[in-house]
Amino acid sequence: MRKIYADNAATTSLHPQVLEEMMPYLTTVYGNPSSLYQTGAVAKKAVENSREKIAQLIGAKSANEIYFTSGGSEADNWAIKGMCRALKKKGKNHIITSKFEHHAVLHTCKALEKEGFEVTYLDVYENGIVKVEDVKAAIKDTTALVTIMYANNEIGTIQPIPEIGKLCRENKVIFHTDAVQAMGNVYINVEEQNIDMLSLTGHKFHGPKGCGALYCRRGVRPDVLIDGGAQERSRRAGTENVAGIVGLAKALEITLDTMEKRNARLTKMRDRLIDGLLKIERSRLNGDRTHRLPGNVNMCFEGIEGESLLLKLDMAGISASSGSACTSGDLDPSHVLLSIGLPHEIAHGSMRLSFSDDNTEEDIDYILEQVPPIVDYLRMMSPLWEKIKEEERNG
Amino acid sequence: MAYSEKVMDHFANPRNVGEIADASGIGEVGNSKCGDIMKMYIKVEGNVITDCKFKTFGCGAAIATSSMATELIKGKTIEDALKLTNKAVMEALDGLPPVKVHCSVLAEQAIKAALSDFYRRQGIDPEPIVGKIEECDHDHGCSCTDC
Repeated sequence: MRKIYADNAATTSLHPQVLEEMMPYLTTVYGNPSSLYQTGAVAKKAVENSREKIAQLIGAKSANEIYFTSGGSEADNWAIKGMCRALKKKGKNHIITSKFEHHAVLHTCKALEKEGFEVTYLDVYENGIVKVEDVKAAIKDTTALVTIMYANNEIGTIQPIPEIGKLCRENKVIFHTDAVQAMGNVYINVEEQNIDMLSLTGHKFHGPKGCGALYCRRGVRPDVLIDGGAQERSRRAGTENVAGIVGLAKALEITLDTMEKRNARLTKMRDRLIDGLLKIERSRLNGDRTHRLPGNVNMCFEGIEGESLLLKLDMAGISASSGSACTSGDLDPSHVLLSIGLPHEIAHGSMRLSFSDDNTEEDIDYILEQVPPIVDYLRMMSPLWEKIKEEERNG
Repeated sequence: MAYSEKVMDHFANPRNVGEIADASGIGEVGNSKCGDIMKMYIKVEGNVITDCKFKTFGCGAAIATSSMATELIKGKTIEDALKLTNKAVMEALDGLPPVKVHCSVLAEQAIKAALSDFYRRQGIDPEPIVGKIEECDHDHGCSCTDC
């Protein structure tokens, strides 16, 4: 049976060149970068070279603006908690974010509400895009931080980050963006786009899991979240994940080198898939069609439930994800789909397919062949579909 | 979260899917907002449930528990069918993940709803015999792969 991995927004395969680059640090060069002797110094150099490389790739002024973390969630937690706690001392206690951020941001904001912060959750409208004027209207004297994701993880909508960055700069408000899903898919330059803080993680672009970074513009100093040793210039303790850091930098280099070509190819594949799936009766595309990550397709099919659709797809060899449950384990429909105004019963029937360099046009052919009969089958046994058809007949 | 082989078998090859045109009782439980609806049809002859069919909108566990519940009551007397518990459905499926236990409760309720309808059609108040049909009480919580 054909096997298609179509869940690249969850994680990606490790690029062979990345693994090759990491191997010495997983085998012979195991020294602690903080150690004085030779093997430690070699590891330290690898970490610093990677830092330099990443700074250049995202348009940062200096390598000192890059801090390594355990991944995107830690970077988001640190950026938001650290910055808000630092600015609270200056009388700032207000955060602006959106309703459909990743939980690493939303739950962090919820935690800060308990510490006395006031949070404004901006609407994302039917197309899944934050309005710059809404950000403008929400900024006040007490605003400590604006945090808006670069691109949404479920529906792939790309936010007007340069415009929000400019607005924040004009209003002297710190701007953080969770670029975990966008990195490698969208042109990002922190200097040009007035981004003060940015979270990224390697495993979304064929790097290893468990290693990410937080960019903090010079002078932007969040309170320390992980206390301990003097690593990361005493800002983030813990022995460096040397192999991970080396892999992160290499993966970012490869993904940005190949971005233009990939985006052209994936956009074409994505659009063909969307057009094909929209031929299914009572289906809809979630999120703006053009301001959208090249590899993201998120659809709802009325009358069926997401998890059973995913299980059926898995049986057909297709690994997909359901917005309806993040993964299985959650019974509420996705907060992202609810935020763009979908009713619960429709939000339950969602499917996200996300593609990378690993996918081909043949994958799209196969998915287009497999999905319609699965949807038909599940509808055939769905009492909800029966009701929908009955209402149709009764006008 | 992983399903047992039995759950996957009943999901992949659900038994007794469909409707019964001349059903003796039809029960429907759950709601689309929660993401599960089960509709059960029973055919009663004498005191025996000679046929049982279902239609379900829901997750893998919802489909598998519906399928198993129909298997467990088909050919049984009404008295035996009334004794069907969600625990029996779960055990027959070699267990369910904790977040999916409510599906087995829903399957039990769906059978009871069909039996209630059967009694009601005969002018008998089902509540003293079948008991109250409870609405779902989900435990809502999330874990995500997009981290």
